[in-house]
Amino acid sequence: MEYTLKELMTICAAREINNGDIVFCGTGISMLAAMAAKNINAPESVIFFETGAIDSELAHIPLAVADPRIMYHTSANGGLMDAFCTMQNPFVGQRVVGILGAAQIDIYGNLNSTVIGDYDAPDVRFSGSGGACDVASFVSRSIIFMKMEKRKFKKKLDYLTSPGYLDGPDGRKNAGLPPGGPDKVITDMGVMGFDPDTRQMILLGCFPGITPAQILDHMEFEIRTDRAVEIDVPTQTELTLLREKCDPHGLIL
Amino acid sequence: MMTTQKNKVMTLKEAINRYVTNGCHLSIGGFTLNRNPMAAVHEIIRQEKRDLHVYAHSNGQGVDELIGGRCVSRLEIAYGGTGKFMSTCIRFRQAVQEQTIAVEDYSNFQMTLRFLAGAMGIPFLPTRSSLGTDIIEKWGFSQEFRHKDPRIPNQKLVVAANPFDGWGETEKVVLVPAINPDVTIIHVQTADVKGNCRMEGLTFADVEQAKASRVLIITCEDLVDEDYLKTEPDRNQIPFIHATAVVKVPFGAYPTACFQYYDYDPVYMKAYARAATDDTVFAQFLNDMVFAHNTHADLLDHVGRHRLESILADRGCGYAKDLDRK
Repeated sequence: MEYTLKELMTICAAREINNGDIVFCGTGISMLAAMAAKNINAPESVIFFETGAIDSELAHIPLAVADPRIMYHTSANGGLMDAFCTMQNPFVGQRVVGILGAAQIDIYGNLNSTVIGDYDAPDVRFSGSGGACDVASFVSRSIIFMKMEKRKFKKKLDYLTSPGYLDGPDGRKNAGLPPGGPDKVITDMGVMGFDPDTRQMILLGCFPGITPAQILDHMEFEIRTDRAVEIDVPTQTELTLLREKCDPHGLIL
Repeated sequence: MMTTQKNKVMTLKEAINRYVTNGCHLSIGGFTLNRNPMAAVHEIIRQEKRDLHVYAHSNGQGVDELIGGRCVSRLEIAYGGTGKFMSTCIRFRQAVQEQTIAVEDYSNFQMTLRFLAGAMGIPFLPTRSSLGTDIIEKWGFSQEFRHKDPRIPNQKLVVAANPFDGWGETEKVVLVPAINPDVTIIHVQTADVKGNCRMEGLTFADVEQAKASRVLIITCEDLVDEDYLKTEPDRNQIPFIHATAVVKVPFGAYPTACFQYYDYDPVYMKAYARAATDDTVFAQFLNDMVFAHNTHADLLDHVGRHRLESILADRGCGYAKDLDRK
């Protein structure tokens, strides 16, 4: 069955979500990944937004995390205070999985969603942190979406908006952050993880037809590729559910 | 501000004219494309207010139009965008790149905590969010500038050791300074003449913003008398003691959404995003949508009944189920 890259990326992210996870998601493909997990492999996962909605029905796809579509048929409609407290809550916070995106990422999974160039005189200004820094600071595990490009996989970020492992294995602890950090980076060419000892990015899998060398060509820094395998393509069931149940009008796909 | 008087109802023109002064510190409610107080934003642009110091968390349409209307000099914000329509607010991006406004970046939680600290009457609150990041390292406002205005704290953020000797498995915290805006404007579904508020759907940080503010201007879809909201007080979020002015403005959040009343208008949002990329086209857009109309009702007439009907919320789900959002 034919599939698009966006569909493959969405399914890859959905496969990382387990029953019982509370999935914090943003706009676009991350929201779709959470919807896909709920409809395909993790029906008991809970979708959660920084705006304060918990377990939204999502009968229609939202175009922003403040879209009224996320407010319908929820367990609770709160506010930002509720949402960020949930992530730090000693009892439920550990179950929160963050899904994030950014303009730049480094080898330790730190993210930039603020500026390209000098902070005081930026070449390009982006939206800023929103809740991304808070999520990356608090949650035990996050999944990151990135497009493979040299200017996005940077040796040094122009601005560190959201913490990954900062400068290595003790980075988070030294900075005063709780344990946690990025778990997977899902790109348009393959999937990366992080070495548990060095906390540096490693290649876990390539999409069909893509080689590790091609992936390295799209990055400014080098990562280990010796553990990379070929990633399973989406099944017919996965694709059908994604297209028909999650995004029937093709608003994101 | 005269918070116990019985009737605080006035016109939008009067409320903006009286309370939003040049150079004032202003906070607006809502989140990206939802419940922004857009009628008030347009009235601020129409009255050509200048040099505003704006506080927001994840604002989109409201802040971008205020910047596009040349009302803003300084901005403290976590996120400027409207999701799919503008992943980054366009006039905001341009103003930052051209350095025509000064920006101080925070995270959403930090901004919320800052409003809460303001509402609580304490100078700061602690969090662990942003430790190790450039949100702490890089400042948009210089220390010198910070010392000049007594309304602005002398530091952006302060990292401190946990004074409880690491209790709570926490060695360090980030202290975020309180915000007490001169004026906050929010748009709610229902308010009474004294300023009790009932919001439906998510409240975002409107409650914290409202209570942190010296002056609170409330615009509302439905204006009711005092007894109405007091029959089910558990559903109300802001009591009248915080309120200064109440204005009835149907479709007051338009073109952003208002849960259970209407959706966002994709036609407006897309036209805005197109216009915002070009100075000349944008000036024309502002003329057509703001300056050409004396009031918000006139703007709604210009938009036309057909488009407003297309975004009316289906009771039940709270949004326009069949809205074409392509």
